[in-house]
Amino acid sequence: MTQVKRIAGGQIDRTRTLHFSFDGQSLTGHPGDTLASALLANNIRLMGRSFKYHRPRGVFSAGSEEPNALVELRPGARQEPNTRATVAELFDGLTAQSQNRWPNLRFDALSINDRLNAFFTAGFYYKTFMWPAVFWEKLYEPIIRRAAGLGSLSRLDDPDSYDKGFLHCDLLIIGAGPAGLMAALTAGRSGARVILADEDFRMGGRLNAETYGIGDQAGADWAALVLEELATLPSVRLMSRTTILGAFDHGIFSAVERVSDHLAVPLPGKPRQTLWRIYAKRSINAGGATERPIAFENNDRPGIMLAGALRAYANRWGVSVGDRIAVFTNNDDGLRTALDLQAKGVDVVAVIDPRKDGALLPGIRHLRGATVVDTAGRLGLTSITVRLGNGKAETLAVSALGVSGGWNPNLNITSHHRSRPVWNADITAFVPGADGPPGLTSAGAASGAMSTHAALATGQAQALSVLQALGFAHRTDVLPKAEDAPLNLLPLWYAPGGEGRAWIDQQNDVTVKDIKLAHQENMVSVEHMKRYTTLGMATDQGKTGNVLGLALMAELTGQSIPETGTTIYRPPYTPVALGALAGRARGQDFKPLRLTPSHHWAKEQGATFVEVGYWLRTQWLPRPGETTWRQSVDREVLATRKSVGICDVTTLGKIDIQGTDAGAFLDRVYANTFSTLPVGKCRYGLMLREDGMVFDDGTTARLAPHEYVMTTTTANAVAVFRHLEFCRQVLWPDMDVQLISTTEAWAQYSVAGPNARKLLEKIVDQDISDTALPYMGCGAVTIGGLRARIFRISFSGELAYEIAVPTRYGDGLIRRLVAEGAAFEAVVYGTEALGVMRVEKGHVAGNELNGQSTALNMGLGKMVSRKKDSIGMPLSQREAMVAEDGYRLVGVMPVDKTAALSAGSHLLDVGAEPVAANDGGWLTSMVWSPHLGSLIALAYLKAGDQKLGQRMRAVNFMTKQDTLVEIVSPQFIDPQGDRLRG
Amino acid sequence: MDNNLKSLSALGKPTALILQIGPFKITERMNVALASLATRRGQGTEFKNRAQLAGVPLPPPATSERNDPFGAFWVTPEMWFIEAPLPMFEDIAAKLKAAFGDTASITEQTDAWVRFDLSAPNPSHLLERLSNIDVDRVPDGHASRTVIDHVGCYLIRRNANEVTLYGPRSSANSLLHAITVAAESLL
Repeated sequence: MTQVKRIAGGQIDRTRTLHFSFDGQSLTGHPGDTLASALLANNIRLMGRSFKYHRPRGVFSAGSEEPNALVELRPGARQEPNTRATVAELFDGLTAQSQNRWPNLRFDALSINDRLNAFFTAGFYYKTFMWPAVFWEKLYEPIIRRAAGLGSLSRLDDPDSYDKGFLHCDLLIIGAGPAGLMAALTAGRSGARVILADEDFRMGGRLNAETYGIGDQAGADWAALVLEELATLPSVRLMSRTTILGAFDHGIFSAVERVSDHLAVPLPGKPRQTLWRIYAKRSINAGGATERPIAFENNDRPGIMLAGALRAYANRWGVSVGDRIAVFTNNDDGLRTALDLQAKGVDVVAVIDPRKDGALLPGIRHLRGATVVDTAGRLGLTSITVRLGNGKAETLAVSALGVSGGWNPNLNITSHHRSRPVWNADITAFVPGADGPPGLTSAGAASGAMSTHAALATGQAQALSVLQALGFAHRTDVLPKAEDAPLNLLPLWYAPGGEGRAWIDQQNDVTVKDIKLAHQENMVSVEHMKRYTTLGMATDQGKTGNVLGLALMAELTGQSIPETGTTIYRPPYTPVALGALAGRARGQDFKPLRLTPSHHWAKEQGATFVEVGYWLRTQWLPRPGETTWRQSVDREVLATRKSVGICDVTTLGKIDIQGTDAGAFLDRVYANTFSTLPVGKCRYGLMLREDGMVFDDGTTARLAPHEYVMTTTTANAVAVFRHLEFCRQVLWPDMDVQLISTTEAWAQYSVAGPNARKLLEKIVDQDISDTALPYMGCGAVTIGGLRARIFRISFSGELAYEIAVPTRYGDGLIRRLVAEGAAFEAVVYGTEALGVMRVEKGHVAGNELNGQSTALNMGLGKMVSRKKDSIGMPLSQREAMVAEDGYRLVGVMPVDKTAALSAGSHLLDVGAEPVAANDGGWLTSMVWSPHLGSLIALAYLKAGDQKLGQRMRAVNFMTKQDTLVEIVSPQFIDPQGDRLRG
Repeated sequence: MDNNLKSLSALGKPTALILQIGPFKITERMNVALASLATRRGQGTEFKNRAQLAGVPLPPPATSERNDPFGAFWVTPEMWFIEAPLPMFEDIAAKLKAAFGDTASITEQTDAWVRFDLSAPNPSHLLERLSNIDVDRVPDGHASRTVIDHVGCYLIRRNANEVTLYGPRSSANSLLHAITVAAESLL
């Protein structure tokens, strides 16, 4: 097949041929074609099946409003479902498949639905699948899921990348038709920073599809010249293939630029699409208008399309959709289609015009007072039935029919802040309301100014208004001459015929009958009607059908259209790929990583890492011969308790707190007192939320009279800093306190175990004996002259220190500690061993700091000082929170050391029924203690402090465990603290 | 400093990165000392006097300023980051403390950040894919907090062709990845 429907003219490059396929059939087209125009050129009208009835469907429009011609583009992992053939730019090697059909497009088994249409009316699902209830999950839902949907997903990872970016401008112009171009020219010449965005790959809008001129040039030529000038203006950015998706707050718009969609594969390194966030001081919606159809019986056959689209295919793409065409129009714009096609030598069989009065078109059978009432043709239009002005019916053999019921301004984006469109009786359409997004105005057809002259004039006027508002010097150029003809529209929404179905919304298979049924069942509100019938949903958002449906409902209710109202629009303007929204944030790039100072060393050692927020922390470091994580972790724990272990604790939040009120500030944010802490000492601190629950914990060291460094948990580092800033700036702005994070500035390692001091003595220049640096002491030291900090604190229960150096030396320090530690058989341990040792010592961590626990629950009630006021203290004393039978932190050990135990298990009295009423508490953390040779756990247990030594059951329905346990002290090792003071 | 500990760049390398991707030159700067300098309450006048005496610039909000050997950029009300050559100011916090005494709170920040200097005929071509700052329109010396691929950064426009990015040191590799991927997409 060789493009048998090509006619002269058009903006395609006939010197080059592009090869593509549709449903496996090899076809050709030219650069400048869309998939739709190329298919039509190849005399392919049937392109898809409808959503519900599986009716044969072809192209209905020539733009992004397309409801019917949805195809799957590209093979393999790049397969893209529900792509509108009307905006898919043709490229060499393009492959397209029709969708929603089986086994093939011409014969679709589910077209039986069309025969059963009486059962599939609006509300069918709601009424039919209500009973019996048990059928829903097993029967109805699987069947509906199988039948529903249009395209299919490849289920493969998208191999392409998607970018994002940020743009700024004085004026964003949405749409590069005559209004947009004139606005851009006016603003660009004045030096304003302009972004002109258009979803089409060829800017010019309708000027590319029309034959009328501007000045003494063809419209398309004028557009090309304007674009040439705009391209030379340094302050103007032209963005074709770019759809403005939505208007958001403060002049922010989102846009997707289809960078590589017109290529088979993106060029190396290039994104497939880019999602832009555009900051615009002002914006003009010059998005044009969308033609609307007239409903009549069987108005959905392939070959029936909007009259403007029929004209566009002829004028822009050099395609005659049919050999014998007719036009059904209630306005003068539709007449242009007949005239243009006639001028191109196409056989225009008739123009069916419901308007009785007016001149007749020369040389064309112009049937005044007539309507189209039915059509025929199984897989494509073969004839139409016309009811003539005299009431008689006549059948005309045609292969294409252009329908025009008028034009609806593209006001979608003006509704994105919930502005209601306003009915304009002059053009019988909704126009943008006055309360749209601030700074956004409309021009051209988008504002209801339908002629080319009006588009140019309003585009210029809106741009001048913007320039004036922004203080740009500007001039008013003389507008070129352009047509200024009125539409002369006779409102006609539906041409009744017989009993057949007339489609309102072709994408959702919503018919006139469905609207009537909605009315009959009192779904008369436009919002109810929309949801009951699905009018205006799905990929086209009812761009062609919505107003038709509203008008019909208005007729049925006897109200005017403005009284009936309209639904409004929300972003995105057209469908956007989830990939574009995700951008590069996918897979490993989903979020940034934070690497610890010892990361590179640990990686060399084959460490296993674990994500802790953005941090990657060493989880354990396997040694040769170790085949399970438990072997590694057990070794790390035992070696640490036996000799010495090293752990990177840089990830703990570190906040530098300075100022003459630093101590008083800490007294207010911590439950316990810090103003009395001597310089050179650390103290464990407990931070409460306003409601008295524990927020975070950690040690804080006093480095100088007016300088503290606070340590937070890794998870809460940011939250605590934010909290402190809130306190400083909002609660107590009079305090002299300055805060800054120093988490990243220092590489900090815990050195724990009986030989910790001996190891550190080998590298620290100063005396760190128990006398010089007692338990909870801290201070500045040096390592070979390098500035360092040392803190004698312990999370493991062992004699332990934390040693910190400027981060750039962190890698050097871990290597030095390991090298010097060899004499003590030192190990480096990860977060798993850290967790084991903190449970063995009974230290609370994330599992216990669950936001629902008080200091009393944790056994730390005495830390909440009543001698001073602090955040959370008053509310921590509420009756229920200090109840003696409240939860208390306890230790749990299985009676049988070989028995299974798991975190989350609930504690029950022996013999009690495992029901919620008997729930005594739950296991918060559970580890294997190599030191004790048993699983051990921490738990919150009601009145737990009174139950030490008792036996209970740990029941877990998830793991089906029911284990006899003993309630013990949460300090499993060294409860007196002799080791850490050693 | 002879302490037997090797220092590494934020990217984990012994030397600073210099990368040319098309027109974009990315230079990691390891030779800059950094400290935060905050006015203590009620010390404003004396603080400013001492700053003047020490030659430490105190630029207004959203700006940066140089006065060799110091550079400074505003970070939050009454707080600046002070830049200085690392070889001379390895102990920058101590040196500033000596100059400002109790009129200021000073915290060493040298190793908290990675610094990438970006130079190109038109750096905004790259930066418009990374940051929402209008690099083309802000004046020379503009300094602002921004977010690049979820990483909180400071951006300083030195001049029309040079921009400095400060990002958290631990995310240096992620930040560099974001910059290089965006730069490569523009080739």
